[in-house]
Amino acid sequence: MSLKSNLHNLKEKYKGKKMAPAFNAIHTFLYAPNETTHSGSHVRAVDDLKRTMNTVIMALVPVLIFGIFNAGYQHYAAVDAANGVVRQASLFGNFLTWENFIMGAWTVLPLVIVSYAVGLAVEFLFAVIKGHEVEEGYLVTGMLVPLIVPIDTPLWMLAVAVVFGVVIGKEVFGGTGMNILNPALTIRAFLFFAYPTWMSGDKVWVHQAVDLAGGPDAISGETILGYLAQGKEAEMSYSVSDMFFGFIPGSVGETSTILILLGGLFLIYSKIASWRIMVSAVIGALVMGLIFNGVVDAGWITETSKFYGLMSFAFWQHLIVGGLAFGIVYMATDPVTGAQTNKGKWYYGFFIGFISVLIRVFNPAYPEGVFLAILLMNVFAPTIDHYVVRGNINKRLKRAKNATILPRDGEGKAQELKAETV
Amino acid sequence: MALLSKKDTSLILDPLADNNPITIQVLGICSALAITAELKASIVMALSVMFVLGMGNVVISLMRNIIPSKIRIIVQLVVVAALVIMVDQVLKAFAYELSKTLSVFVGLIITNCIIMGRFEAFALANGPWRSFLDGIGNSAGYGLILIIIGFFRELLGSGTLLGYKVLGDPIEKTGLYAIGYENNGFMLLSPMALIVVGLIIWVQRSRNKALIEEN
Repeated sequence: MSLKSNLHNLKEKYKGKKMAPAFNAIHTFLYAPNETTHSGSHVRAVDDLKRTMNTVIMALVPVLIFGIFNAGYQHYAAVDAANGVVRQASLFGNFLTWENFIMGAWTVLPLVIVSYAVGLAVEFLFAVIKGHEVEEGYLVTGMLVPLIVPIDTPLWMLAVAVVFGVVIGKEVFGGTGMNILNPALTIRAFLFFAYPTWMSGDKVWVHQAVDLAGGPDAISGETILGYLAQGKEAEMSYSVSDMFFGFIPGSVGETSTILILLGGLFLIYSKIASWRIMVSAVIGALVMGLIFNGVVDAGWITETSKFYGLMSFAFWQHLIVGGLAFGIVYMATDPVTGAQTNKGKWYYGFFIGFISVLIRVFNPAYPEGVFLAILLMNVFAPTIDHYVVRGNINKRLKRAKNATILPRDGEGKAQELKAETV
Repeated sequence: MALLSKKDTSLILDPLADNNPITIQVLGICSALAITAELKASIVMALSVMFVLGMGNVVISLMRNIIPSKIRIIVQLVVVAALVIMVDQVLKAFAYELSKTLSVFVGLIITNCIIMGRFEAFALANGPWRSFLDGIGNSAGYGLILIIIGFFRELLGSGTLLGYKVLGDPIEKTGLYAIGYENNGFMLLSPMALIVVGLIIWVQRSRNKALIEEN
């Protein structure tokens, strides 16, 4: 007997037992179940929830690998900078090295492992207590979480935040598919509000910067938005191509715009993510950036203003720094928490981009706002959908009212009816 | 003979759990979110509301037959306002720092839904002794939740209880802080108080299935 039928027999044997959902989850993770539908018409398709989730994870893998290299690279670059050496990033020269990979893997992989272990434990626990099947929702969340936190986030903090995010962000609403807020962003928001010193500043984006702070070997790495918010753009040594390829400090997976772009194209090609949301979010961010640039060009604010650095930042460069690209491609397009209607997706995406840049410029404490903007629009997504659906109903009602109904008997009556209805 | 009859006992004990003003009737949420960042403030708030509701219920109950029903709300407001001003003055005189922490929320006891709710629902229809017990019971149920929330918010948010550093010193890194523990700043913000209230409601309803509403 093959492993598959063995597993099937085990499943039949333990049907109705308490641990059955946990077992079934592992079973269906490996194989398609033996049961088939016997009645009614049905569609045969392989793109079930697990396949959908796995596609997103595939799109995230390049970003994760880049994040591992970048974690090591930023550490050694900061050490060099502390010794007065300015590094020029070159992909094969000093980026894709074993040194960077080992240092990065040693810091990033624990984040991934903790995120998955804690999140899946909570997920299995709830499935066993409530007696339903384990849902696959955490597969993507678990991969997103390590990519959107600073590299040196303490593992216990991450574990606490994951428990909070999965329980309060998802399980209390009824589990995967019922949540209002994106669980990964709920985790990020929890970390941000609970432990702000670990989430912002110039020490958290480079491995070991916190440990070495104050000592003779102190290193630091400010994000580009951090430089701009403090009006220190002159001290910044990153070029536009650094920003686009991702050789900059930032959360683990958010830096490389090109890989995120490729991941986004893959998701659009495989029809997993909505291109409408991505495109409209990019438009929204550009519009807000243009408005700020316009304000600066019109001379309404002076160089002494504390918003000057961020407002004068070229509008299109907002897209290639910070977490905007990552948020738009992987978080805003979450099919559960986003808008469902095609028209609604345009509004939803537009406001995500628009508000992200708005918060980014005006938030005094933390020059980034993508996660806040997406969470805000998650809350408004059902409202947007409601009005889109209402609008459609009204449009069709109007059309139905103005329609001419032609009765079967005779021309005369039709004319009469038309005169009445129009 | 027992001091309190069975009905009297249930007047005090019911609001503590199965008919709790906050977790079951969902009244008085605003103050539960606003002043529970410290345990001390929660306790003082609970005692203030206990005084106002206990005394107010007695006064309204004594006056219940002479208040014209058309203007009863305004009469109730006068009674609450008088009692709240007394509490406020006492706090300002004897616990000035604390009254600054509680700031406007002492005055806002006037608008606490629990107080008007008990006046309307109980004191207008019952004698003074029972009204007094009802007032004490309901304010105790309110205070209990406030103190639970205050306990967790102060412990996890500031690492202290009633101002004592029970988890060690966060600056000198003693106690729990020596092994890398940090205070959870989110606990000091109001949204977390709402989530704690939600968790209490969750625990309570999962222990007593009869409380779960049909929907």
